[in-house]
Amino acid sequence: MSLLTMIIKMSEGLSRTCAIFFLTLIFSLPLGMVVTLLRRSKNKIISSITRAVISVIRGTPLMLQLLAITYGPYYLVGLTVSRNKLVPVVVAFSINYAAYFAEIYRGGIDSISKGQYEAADVLGYTKTQTFLRIILPQVIKRVLPSITNEVVTLVKDTSLAFTVSYQEMFTIGKEIANSQTSFTPFLVAGVFYFVFNALVDFVMGKIEKKLNYYH
Amino acid sequence: MSKKILQMKNIIKSYSDTEVLKDISLSVEEGEVVSIIGPSGSGKSTLLRCATFLEKINGGLIQYLDTVAAHTNEEGKVVYVNRNQLTHVKSYFGLVFQQFNLFPHFSVLKNLTHAPILVQKRDSKEVEQEARELLKKTGLEDKADAYPCQLSGGQQQRVAIARALNLNPDILFFDEPTSALDPELTGEVLKIIKELADEKMTMVIVTHEMSFARAVSKRVIFMDGGFIVEEGDPEQVFGDPSQERTKQFLKNYNQV
Ligand SMILES: Nc1ncnc2c1ncn2[C@@H]1O[C@H](COP(=O)(O)OP(=O)(O)OP(=O)(O)O)[C@@H](O)[C@H]1O
Ligand SMILES: [Mg+2]
Repeated sequence: MSLLTMIIKMSEGLSRTCAIFFLTLIFSLPLGMVVTLLRRSKNKIISSITRAVISVIRGTPLMLQLLAITYGPYYLVGLTVSRNKLVPVVVAFSINYAAYFAEIYRGGIDSISKGQYEAADVLGYTKTQTFLRIILPQVIKRVLPSITNEVVTLVKDTSLAFTVSYQEMFTIGKEIANSQTSFTPFLVAGVFYFVFNALVDFVMGKIEKKLNYYH
Repeated sequence: MSKKILQMKNIIKSYSDTEVLKDISLSVEEGEVVSIIGPSGSGKSTLLRCATFLEKINGGLIQYLDTVAAHTNEEGKVVYVNRNQLTHVKSYFGLVFQQFNLFPHFSVLKNLTHAPILVQKRDSKEVEQEARELLKKTGLEDKADAYPCQLSGGQQQRVAIARALNLNPDILFFDEPTSALDPELTGEVLKIIKELADEKMTMVIVTHEMSFARAVSKRVIFMDGGFIVEEGDPEQVFGDPSQERTKQFLKNYNQV
């Protein structure tokens, strides 16, 4: 198989790689905030359950979570594994990344001084207004570098979808590598990820710059 | 008799087991400037924080104009008015913090206009116009579009004062407004407060600036150990204190 055919075949999987990437971000970024709010809940039961869940998710491999969510329903209740694996893959990725984002958000929220809440309180802001208008915008700016790190990791993590044979770019590359006994598809994959992440860095850098109007 | 803006009666405040305010009563009339002095830990900040509802009292009564915002019921429990009413009562006062606490992500102008538009639902054009006038008054008209991080401490504190004023409060509290500033910057902030006093703005000022307190206030309160030890005319309290503890405090102070 020529290099060009390999590239074309693997490119066909890129749209699925992108689907995992963007869908995961769309779900996990807000879900992480919800998890943070539960984690910070004044209700001790809610906050400790949330904390335990976060620690399990962060303490076990994403690959295991992918397998569990894709095949777990079959082994547990006999549900047939759907042919389109995008749904379980995105669910697993979203839950996993939400746990990481939640911890990042929590650090960001904790870093905002009490004085910001007090000033808003005296000025008459409600709790919700204070959070949305005063705290959240500052948190976003502060956590952006850590978010960028996670997003870069996510690009590379999409390759884990091969464990459930979801036909994204890396899975296709791996199959070609096996059938052709060639290492070239892995090199091609490496270049793809590198370029993808260069784009991520560029975009995140732009956003960070945009928020640099204050410090 | 002029009307009372704030009445605090028999205020008790404790943190876990330690009582920080022990039966404090304070009332402030319209146009009055009251300074609160006292050693560190005497409860000055706590008193302001109770008055502005940042802390809940454990006993006593807080009334703004005709609204009793908190009182102690027959069972000895402190009852606050409901959230809506509390938001309304909060519009009677403003608080200027030692650390300014400006919103860093808002421009100077937005720091002034955001709350009146969002909280008081006032017309944005009108609010902005008033904000610009306040900035002019505080000597910051050319800083409207700057961000807090671009300003000196003195300028930031002037913005904080303007921000509080833009909500048209009936009374303004200051908690050591110049303590976080370099000595050469305190003057510009004190000058603004002095001007407000001349305009008969009702104010309660916690301060360590004794000569300023003496010059600007109509009444001085000396607090120690959670009590009001002495209060009166500034000339009397500073010139001829009647309590031994006041004398001691002022003497130590003058040595520093
Ligand atoms: N959140 C809190 N928890 C426990 N104790 C507190 C708290 N805030 C204040 N205190 C205690 O209450 C007492 C009064 O504190 P407060 O800050 O009101 O003093 P202050 O007169 O403002 O002193 P300073 O001049 O240093 O600002 C101090 O003994 C302080 O340790
Ligand atoms: Mg204090």
